[in-house]
Amino acid sequence: MTDPNTVQLTEDGRLKHFLTTEGLSRELLTEILDTADSFISTQERAVKTVPLLRGKTVVNLFFENSTRTRSTFELAAKRLSADILNLDIARSATSKGETLMDTLWNLEAMYSDMFVVRHSDSGAAHFIAEQVTPNVAIINAGDGRHAHPTQAMLDMLTIRRHKGDIEGKIVAIVGDILHSRVARSQIHALRTLGAAEVRVIGPGTLLPSDIESMGAVPYYDMRAGLADCDVVIMLRLQKERMQNALLPSEGEFFKLYGLTKEKLAFAKPDAIVMHPGPINRGVEIESAVADGDQSVILNQVSYGIAVRMAVMAMAMSGQQTPVNSEEPA
Amino acid sequence: MRYLHIANARVINPQTQTDEITDVFVADGRIATLGRRPDAGEIEHTIDATGQWLIPGLIDLGGHLPEPGYSQKGSIASETEAAARGGFTHICSLPDTKPVADTSAVVKLILEKASKAGFSRVLPLGAMTQDLAGEQLASMYTLSEAGAVAMSNARRPVRNSYVLRRLMEYAATYDIPLFLNANDLSLSDGGCMHEGPVATRMGLPGIPETAETIALAQILLLVEQTGVRAHISQITCRRSVSMLQQALENGLRVTADTPLANLLYTHEAVTGYDSLYNVQPPLRSERDREALVQAVARGELAISSNHSPHEIAAKKAPFSDAEPGMSQYDAFLPQAMTLVSREELTVEQLVRALSATPANVLGLSQSLTEGADFNAVLYDPRDEYTLTASEMASGGHNHPLLNRTVAGKVAQVFLEGCRIC
Amino acid sequence: MNLPDIEQITQDLAEQVTELMNERQLDDPLLVGIRTGGVWVAERLNDTLKCTDDVASLDISFYRDDFTRHGLHPKVQGSELPDSIEDRHIILIDDVIMSGRTIRAAMNELFDYGRPASITLVCLLDIGRRELPIQPDLCGATLALNDGQLVKLTGPRPLVLTLA
Repeated sequence: MTDPNTVQLTEDGRLKHFLTTEGLSRELLTEILDTADSFISTQERAVKTVPLLRGKTVVNLFFENSTRTRSTFELAAKRLSADILNLDIARSATSKGETLMDTLWNLEAMYSDMFVVRHSDSGAAHFIAEQVTPNVAIINAGDGRHAHPTQAMLDMLTIRRHKGDIEGKIVAIVGDILHSRVARSQIHALRTLGAAEVRVIGPGTLLPSDIESMGAVPYYDMRAGLADCDVVIMLRLQKERMQNALLPSEGEFFKLYGLTKEKLAFAKPDAIVMHPGPINRGVEIESAVADGDQSVILNQVSYGIAVRMAVMAMAMSGQQTPVNSEEPA
Repeated sequence: MRYLHIANARVINPQTQTDEITDVFVADGRIATLGRRPDAGEIEHTIDATGQWLIPGLIDLGGHLPEPGYSQKGSIASETEAAARGGFTHICSLPDTKPVADTSAVVKLILEKASKAGFSRVLPLGAMTQDLAGEQLASMYTLSEAGAVAMSNARRPVRNSYVLRRLMEYAATYDIPLFLNANDLSLSDGGCMHEGPVATRMGLPGIPETAETIALAQILLLVEQTGVRAHISQITCRRSVSMLQQALENGLRVTADTPLANLLYTHEAVTGYDSLYNVQPPLRSERDREALVQAVARGELAISSNHSPHEIAAKKAPFSDAEPGMSQYDAFLPQAMTLVSREELTVEQLVRALSATPANVLGLSQSLTEGADFNAVLYDPRDEYTLTASEMASGGHNHPLLNRTVAGKVAQVFLEGCRIC
Repeated sequence: MNLPDIEQITQDLAEQVTELMNERQLDDPLLVGIRTGGVWVAERLNDTLKCTDDVASLDISFYRDDFTRHGLHPKVQGSELPDSIEDRHIILIDDVIMSGRTIRAAMNELFDYGRPASITLVCLLDIGRRELPIQPDLCGATLALNDGQLVKLTGPRPLVLTLA
């Protein structure tokens, strides 16, 4: 029974992989946000690159396609001056563990320093970090339904920059919680960072059993769930949910859980609206809200690079020998 | 007569409620006398069993043999040797080999290989449907003639209630016992662990309790209707325990077992994505585990191994991609004995669930009484060793005690008076 | 070992900087302190110099050449520089100069913000042990330390020097 943090932290408690937000201390999550903040300032300069990871090789290892996420990691690696290699590995139905391990060992032999992993199996990044290539920093770019910690941290950064702090805020996450790795990572991060209440809103078919055990409060009624919220996070609804007896139709979902101006009015007047993208307009959110004053959806994208730079730099640093606290002058 | 003399053993025999330090004399594969010297004859060999326990040989109601078909996971010889070392004199082999045990040729091959290996005796379970596909009846009569002790569909589903009813009726005609797994695939498909808070936190697709209980209800109702001799393999839920109690109260003749892993571990073991704990049926909640232990204590459940040896590559994969199952035969008895050292079961309760109860399911007798076959285990509770991969007999090293200290050791195992370990 | 009186040398240093500015005609210079000690020293110098811009601060965490050995500093605060340093005269200030690597990193970072007209280096203390060909234009005091000894500045007010 290994605690996830025996895998992702060094003995002195620094990040060496970034697999999940679960169990990370408030200090460490805050350090990620602070570091990301300072990278935002470098992103505003004429020269956006810093030499931190010069000579390091980062491999984008995407077993599941996602051009958007992959691109932000690619840009983050480049802005840290790392060399980046993009690999899209389509998974064949027969490829079992052997193929995955052989692929990784080959890449490790090419002196890779960091793998950014996206995989459809929950726990895949954890498995690679623990059992396959422990000396390569692993950044989880999404594993199954389990975690998408960099997305969650960029959402935390967005909330902090717009609302000042996460402490004491009421946050609602709306939509398909069951299949959402983003929601799980958000819930852990929000709880640790002191959110007053984390609500999950959706139909019974899309809320996982025992979600209360993660510290989230389930709501089936959108208006009740949004009451007094500071932050509303809309999740993307995948089309295939309509085929698996989980939802009757997009129309009915929108009627019940689509974010409209009328429903948003139940939240606090200064509530912000977030969405990890890409948006299904008219399914989970109406355009008037997505493009409205309270929407911070576009800002989220620009924070993504800074957050990814922060965790990449921190994890790479955690792979090095222990920190020498003496500052050479 | 020449006798084997086992001296000063603590003889634990649940069937006669015996628990005493005494001597046992064995000749011709049977227990000649217990607690007294035979009237005539000489002692050929004496085993000083001071400090050791003598218990009836263990009987497994379901383990996976990798042969034929999965030589990378082990062989009949390797797994029966491991079973003997774990304390088993008899094991029922599940029919999901490749090819499946739906022909007399496969059943005979298993029996021959096991007999040649000379370790635990294999009691093959035949396939109840052709290719275990759950559609066409397998030639159950022919399979039982060939030596299959009962028919099973392993965990493969019989989706159609009509087919299930007909195969029960057919088996009942020839009084062929059926080993049935309660698993509603439409509810369990895609799941890889117990549905609950751990699965939710880890983002792993869950298998709800109802996947077992709905199928169990269907089985119990059809058993009642058809009158077939039925044994329910590998139940895991508290609710299933009470459904079985209800069925027994209603006079239904059904028996059941639970895998040892479900008595020792819960779904919390999956935290950390250790693929070792990816097992089918899944590890469930602490409430379920407690209910199963209590049912074992009351004598309602046998304990089975659900032994599933796997090569390293089958387990070295992300959790849901790993092949389910644990290698259990090596060190089985010491592992089970932890239930006694944790004081969850008495030693009599545990031994009964591993010998007398499964023997009863199979219509056998496994008892340390005068005149009975000498099928027995000498167990040393004080011994201690580390279970290393190189010392394991099983081809599958996916064992929960691998590289750990095992408290207690199987010293010797006898099948009809012959040492098999 | 007697450590110099920091308040006194800071005062003296401020006067020397004023002279140097006049001498080199550094009009409207930008004071840039290197975090953390350098910023404190820069603030103290600015009490006297009274430059038009606030003291800018430079966090060289992202530019250090020992990242692979020592990792990221646990508390990166980020740099705070004006929108443009293009064609500005920069007075770069640090508390202690030793190997010169910090200054190398700081100059690399400054150039990623723009092309300054000039950079003048001012350090409170020089403890020798240089590893790069970098020398301060002005230095408050020079210390000869024993092997393994380091000095540590605490601040911001008062500035206190201790041996570590």
